[in-house]
Amino acid sequence: MAETVSMPKLGFDMAEGTLVRWVKGEGETINKGDVLAEIETDKATVEVESSASGVVLKHLVDQGAVVPVSTPIAVIGEAGENPTVDRGPETVSAPQPVSTERTQEGLAPIPSEISPAESPSTVHGQPSIVKASPLAKKIARDKSIDLGKIVGTGPGGRIVRRDIESALSSQPSAVSVQPAQPAYQLPITPAADDETIQPSRLRLAIGRRMTEAKQTVPHFYVTREYKMEAVMDMRAQINAILPEGEKLSVNDFLVKALALALRRFPNLNASLAGDKVVRHGAVNVGVAVAVEGGLLTVVCQDADRKPLRQISSEVRAMAGRARDGKVKPDDIEGSTVSISNLGMYDVDEFIAIINPPEAAILAVGAAKQVPVVENGEIKPGWRMKATLSVDHRVSDGAEAAQFMQALAEFIEEPLRLLV
Amino acid sequence: MREAISQALMEEMDRDPAVFILGEEVGVWGGTYAVTKGFYDKYGPERVKDTPIAENAIIGAAIGAAMVGQRPVAELMTINFAFAAMDYIVNQAPKLHYMFGGQFKVPMVIRAVGGGGRQLGATHSQTPDAIFAHFPGLKVVSPGTPEDAKGLLKQAIRSDDPVLFIEHATMYQVRGDVPDEEYTIPIGKSKIQRPGSDVTIVTYCKGLELSMKAADELAGQGIQAEIIDLRTLRPLDMEPVLESFKKTNRAVIVEEGWKSYGVGAEVASRIYEEAFDYVDAPILRVAQKEVPLPYNRTLEQSALPQVPDIVAAVKEVLK
Repeated sequence: MAETVSMPKLGFDMAEGTLVRWVKGEGETINKGDVLAEIETDKATVEVESSASGVVLKHLVDQGAVVPVSTPIAVIGEAGENPTVDRGPETVSAPQPVSTERTQEGLAPIPSEISPAESPSTVHGQPSIVKASPLAKKIARDKSIDLGKIVGTGPGGRIVRRDIESALSSQPSAVSVQPAQPAYQLPITPAADDETIQPSRLRLAIGRRMTEAKQTVPHFYVTREYKMEAVMDMRAQINAILPEGEKLSVNDFLVKALALALRRFPNLNASLAGDKVVRHGAVNVGVAVAVEGGLLTVVCQDADRKPLRQISSEVRAMAGRARDGKVKPDDIEGSTVSISNLGMYDVDEFIAIINPPEAAILAVGAAKQVPVVENGEIKPGWRMKATLSVDHRVSDGAEAAQFMQALAEFIEEPLRLLV
Repeated sequence: MREAISQALMEEMDRDPAVFILGEEVGVWGGTYAVTKGFYDKYGPERVKDTPIAENAIIGAAIGAAMVGQRPVAELMTINFAFAAMDYIVNQAPKLHYMFGGQFKVPMVIRAVGGGGRQLGATHSQTPDAIFAHFPGLKVVSPGTPEDAKGLLKQAIRSDDPVLFIEHATMYQVRGDVPDEEYTIPIGKSKIQRPGSDVTIVTYCKGLELSMKAADELAGQGIQAEIIDLRTLRPLDMEPVLESFKKTNRAVIVEEGWKSYGVGAEVASRIYEEAFDYVDAPILRVAQKEVPLPYNRTLEQSALPQVPDIVAAVKEVLK
């Protein structure tokens, strides 16, 4: 009996995923648990494991297709079996193969000359349809925009008005001023043409979430400087006894310090849910990781209860998977607070945007050797600045400042992180 | 609402001696929903006529009286009983003027009580408005506020065409301001009951009450819904609907009747036909579940459209 494998739902807000690559081709043997395909969600590229053993009888969607969750993507069965597809209740949203020819005729800027000889026979490759609302199509026609180059954010990837409008606003306005001929020309290479690129789904998702956060969450910011001598010393001592590849970063200390300090401030380890504040029982620290084309937050669960070395190895492993685009759903779900560290780029300080529905995020600059005044004397010291962004609907400046003070206890007396 | 309808009837009876009322229990008893309470004492049995329990006779008599110059207001205890008089309502009254060279006019009003929510069972709780709105020649009015009810009923009584005036059984207690001075409201004019910019909700009668509540809830979430009250199903005034839709590009239609072949189907179709290039998302309909309305209160309420259904539909079209 053939079984269908469906687009998995990874994370509560996942509505669809892009089938990036078929790992097992039609006709190949597959065991339950083997990787069948790679899908890309808003957050990451994830491998889909087969839920059945047998032979891949049929791929139901093409590579590159955007597929709603729960939609069947492949049929697994016995060799020679005729694949019957139970498309389930979601048939309406299943991708429909439609000739690209028709699509482009209807949607793209109308070509001045249509050669009938080039009709259907020249259509090759994967069938796809540009899904767009009538309004989006009309605006695209009026403004001569190629809908094929726009990513839809409506249901099922439909292009709607806002997508066209954002594409329009990002287009440079046409300037047709003829520059005056210069007296002489320097032998330099001419400026390159403008390049329009298609942002990745991750980039678009970050854009949506951050726009939402910055527009709807009333942020305020509290910055404080921390004495880093003790942490730097302790780190040097610990790293001296740890093998290569397992050495602790300053950030590992900060993750633990943040988690322990938050234990004293349950109001900041919280999420706004409607008109209620949910104070989370666990302290799960999201660590921002730069990846190609964007950033991901990998989550160190229960960071307040884990030893530094475990935090370090977990974050290292998750960050590695994030950079390789192989992150697991568990790696990126469930953070209750976040930390973003640009210290490695020698940044003094910066402020971060809260990652909803969290209530706070800590933005950390570099630990630097600077002149400090102690007992009226100038001497060299290690200092680091950190800025806490807080949701004003949840907390106020005084509480945030007290939190930053508590954080100082853990950072400046790092033995507290060990006991 | 009850008082507004009573006022309209009384004012028109005072104004025009040709206006009279007939129906079951409208006289001595004062009307099943007490709309004509006191009328019998004031106007007497000649102008407030209790009839046998025979809807075809009520409407038939009203049509005859209207053809010879009277202005009858026939009351149907519930619109569900209109089916017993279907031939008169849809096959005689709307057609007489057209089939006999304009010799006759039928200036008749049928007041009928419709809608569910009072645990009256499947046969007494229907909202068959769309059926009647299907027939050219019959005007169908169904107000959602006391002000509109009064103004539209007065205009209906003055109309030379047969008018089916549908009141909702659960809305007689609805309160609302009614102008002190004499006024009428033209039949066939939709109205913006609440301005907004994000989504258009098209509705009427009970749907208006629900939509206003939904709009309040949505406003709390930053969504400004514009509510268009059709008020009249035939003739259907699409102008404010189209104008609103061209602004919002997204619409939800709310009606109490069943979704299939309903008012929402008509309105959505007209939007698609007349404003296709403004459509940014599929138009959704919120309507009664496709079952004979259950008697059990919980089941009845779950089959009827509710505020959360409207909120959910609005969020869906805004995706």
